Amino acid sequence: MPAEVHPGLAALSDQLVLVAVLCYAVAMIGYALDLAFARTAEASPAEAGAETRAETRAETEPALAAVGGPADTGKAAAAASGAAPEDVRDGIAAATATGEGTAGSETATGDAAAGFEAASGADGAPSGWVLRAGPAAVVLSWLGFALNLGSLLTRGLAADRWPWGNMYEFVVAMCLAAMGAFLLMQLRYPVRFLGAFVTAASALGLGFAVHSLHVDAAPAMVALNSYWIAIHVSAAIIASGLFIVAGACGVIFLIRHEAADHLPSRQELERVAHRAIVIGFPIWTFAVVAGALWADKAWGRYWGWDPKEIWAFITWIVYAGYLHARATAGWKGRAAMIVQLVAFACLLFNLIGVNIFIDGLHSYAEVP
Amino acid sequence: MTLTDGRPEEKAESRPVGLGAAGWARWFWRTLTSMRTALILLFLFALASIPGSVWPQRGVSDAKVAQYYDDSPALAEWLDRFWLFDVFKAPWFAAIYLLLFVSLIGCVLPRTAAHLRELRRKPPAAPRNLARLPQHAVLGGDLTVEEAARRLRRLRFRVTTGPGWVAAEKGYLKETGNLLFHVALLGLLLAVGAGALYGYRGNVLVVEGDGFANTVAAYDRYMPGQQVNAESLEPFSFTLEDFQATYIAQGPKRGQALDYAARLAVSDAPGAPERDYELKVNEPLDVNGTLTYLIDHGYAPTFRITDGQGQVAFEGSVPCLVVQPATFTSECVIKVPDALPEQLGLMVAFLPTAVPAEGGEWVSVFPGAANPTAQVYGAFAGDLGMGNGRPQSVYEIPPEILKKMKPLVMKADPLAKGEKLELPGGAGTIEFTGVREWVALQITHDPGRLPALLSAALATAALVFSLTVRRRRVWVRTGAGDGPAEAGGLTRTEGGDFGEEFADIVAVLNQGSTPGVKDAR
Ligand code: HEM
Repeated sequence: MPAEVHPGLAALSDQLVLVAVLCYAVAMIGYALDLAFARTAEASPAEAGAETRAETRAETEPALAAVGGPADTGKAAAAASGAAPEDVRDGIAAATATGEGTAGSETATGDAAAGFEAASGADGAPSGWVLRAGPAAVVLSWLGFALNLGSLLTRGLAADRWPWGNMYEFVVAMCLAAMGAFLLMQLRYPVRFLGAFVTAASALGLGFAVHSLHVDAAPAMVALNSYWIAIHVSAAIIASGLFIVAGACGVIFLIRHEAADHLPSRQELERVAHRAIVIGFPIWTFAVVAGALWADKAWGRYWGWDPKEIWAFITWIVYAGYLHARATAGWKGRAAMIVQLVAFACLLFNLIGVNIFIDGLHSYAEVP
Repeated sequence: MTLTDGRPEEKAESRPVGLGAAGWARWFWRTLTSMRTALILLFLFALASIPGSVWPQRGVSDAKVAQYYDDSPALAEWLDRFWLFDVFKAPWFAAIYLLLFVSLIGCVLPRTAAHLRELRRKPPAAPRNLARLPQHAVLGGDLTVEEAARRLRRLRFRVTTGPGWVAAEKGYLKETGNLLFHVALLGLLLAVGAGALYGYRGNVLVVEGDGFANTVAAYDRYMPGQQVNAESLEPFSFTLEDFQATYIAQGPKRGQALDYAARLAVSDAPGAPERDYELKVNEPLDVNGTLTYLIDHGYAPTFRITDGQGQVAFEGSVPCLVVQPATFTSECVIKVPDALPEQLGLMVAFLPTAVPAEGGEWVSVFPGAANPTAQVYGAFAGDLGMGNGRPQSVYEIPPEILKKMKPLVMKADPLAKGEKLELPGGAGTIEFTGVREWVALQITHDPGRLPALLSAALATAALVFSLTVRRRRVWVRTGAGDGPAEAGGLTRTEGGDFGEEFADIVAVLNQGSTPGVKDAR
């Protein structure tokens, strides 16, 4: 393994990250505008579809109870009541658009509030540019994503190794994974509302990485010198990206007022969070198993209750708890969301807390 | 995710009726195996592992446990009383996971039985009014029951038919995956348990040129499981021919290690021919499932010590402990019980790349041995106290013994390779003759390793099925004269978009016929 680091590529990598932060930050404003003004006025066709479907389901679900036995009744009822807030939201939409400017999301800035007056025309319909804020934000997010990816690639090339060998690189990669998870999801599902939160998290994450975690590109420590890093850490990063998306849903779920506002319905949030976790959980499971396989090669045991292992395990158990909670009556909705957020907190603690406060075999983070 | 069965926890809600031991036992079993109890036990399991990351654990960081005892003995004693230095061996921890796994068995067994029954059962008959299902479509007119059944079978549905209707179902793999996942977790627990009982672990330090044969006596530290017998150790042996560490030579990361490699000549069994093996950090030596890992390294300078009577009283290598990992500044102790007229004890600082620093000090600036020096910073004559049968660490002279010895030298000038230091009072000479390196190896045998891997792999694969497969049912009514043919469908799995798949199914059913009107999904 060569010891040289390519200085030009390393510097390019550092610059790309900065531009990515900028893209995410501007995209975030776009999403916030979208969330505050455009969304209520014009639900995207996909969303409208989802709502129609939800309504249809609410009507037809009682029929299932007869078909599927007693266990179905609860679900049908939940679906029926769950559909209600969406109708309410649609009803409220007109009212919001005509001018009670609560500027619903907390990410909406003063500018946005001021823009509100201009944006909503005399007839209450938002003018064109606000409607374009959302799509523009998506384009900017993709751009930021590409820069973020480019930054990791150039760093990997500069040091000639997998670009996740220290905490700076983990955090950059996790922001990339979160953006990736969100961007792929919004291709298929109407989840643009998450954009403001995911871009905010990624911009802050990258900013934090650049500001407090940055170390110069360098060869990896000997123990990281293995193809297992590609398998184990990549899986952990991808799963974390999905969990971040779910975490964002959880946060919105909790800050959302009972009364309808600009944010998506609780049911929608639960659906998106659940979907992200259902994909993320097996990947996390795989990451933990791959970690055990690597530990078996590197440390002479596959599981040794090292602090990092303990917290990966706790995170896994709590996400499993979330999946069980969803399957158990009485733990749906808010309770399950809280479980999910606790799991997410464990994930974050494992990334930040364990690397900084607790030392163990996994002390590769090189926190500056 | 069964479509029809009630869940155990619904039954668990009912209080024990009619009392009696059997009634209580039933109630207890139902409560234990209810989903809610499983959930609580899961959280307890997670909660109970937290202390393991808060306090140092024996077997992971013994030195820190000892440190804890030194710093606050009273507190440490209390913590120990609650097994907080052995969380993962604690009875309360075991209680939680054993209850969890009993609960798991109690949950999985009835569900497996139910699932097996379900697998043999035919899909339920079509409901009267398909239009009330979440998915519904009107089909082209000329579809027969046989044709609909054929097409649905081709879509890998399990199909049953009746007069004028077809019922079809697929996605049984979801429940199969779920059950296999939970069974695999049980397998994992058993594998881990077996490994702890029938495996062993040992540590040994080997200096370049020396050998090791896998017997209990050869270990510096040997930790067998309860069921291991000493004869069952894999009888291999090896010689450490050479150890190489490479470091970054320049730049801000100067001194960071790039690679370690130990060259071994391995003999897999007594009398077997030797083979070369390059032992590296992520590449353990495997001899029939007994693995040898490279976990640490350091320097073992060699010395020749001539005593006051002109005899060579010591000749060989002395493993040094690393004091500063970044520069491999190391310290070692040489005990010379054979020296005459008095026994000698020497304390040596070993600097792999020594440069002079302020105030006549010498420091090491690089971990590689570019300019190795050995500095005697303490030499003592007298009784080393080794005759009293009490075991001593090779890395230190106990302070109470040192106090009784006669100091000869404090802080001599560093010796370069080949240089000698004359001890005062005719006590002898010490010559720094060369540098070797030592490696610390861990040797493990864990019979649960492969079963654990298989269980974990099965769990992961089964989980994917459990979480991604959807159980779905489709019914077709051919209309039988009064009204058009129609199809209805439902899935109980949340998330996912059955609508799209249902539309595809309807398209297959409609193939070759005049498409009917598709109504709202
Ligand atoms: C070792 C601890 C356990 C872990 C890590 C675990 C993990 C999981 C996971 C990840 C799922 C999700 C699969 C899905 O949603 O389809 C699941 C489902 C399930 N688990 Fe567990 N489990 C554990 C113990 C238990 C126990 C003790 C029970 C029984 C009391 C149980 C009963 C179930 C049931 C019934 C489901 C299916 C839920 C549904 O129908 O959606 N599990 N488990």
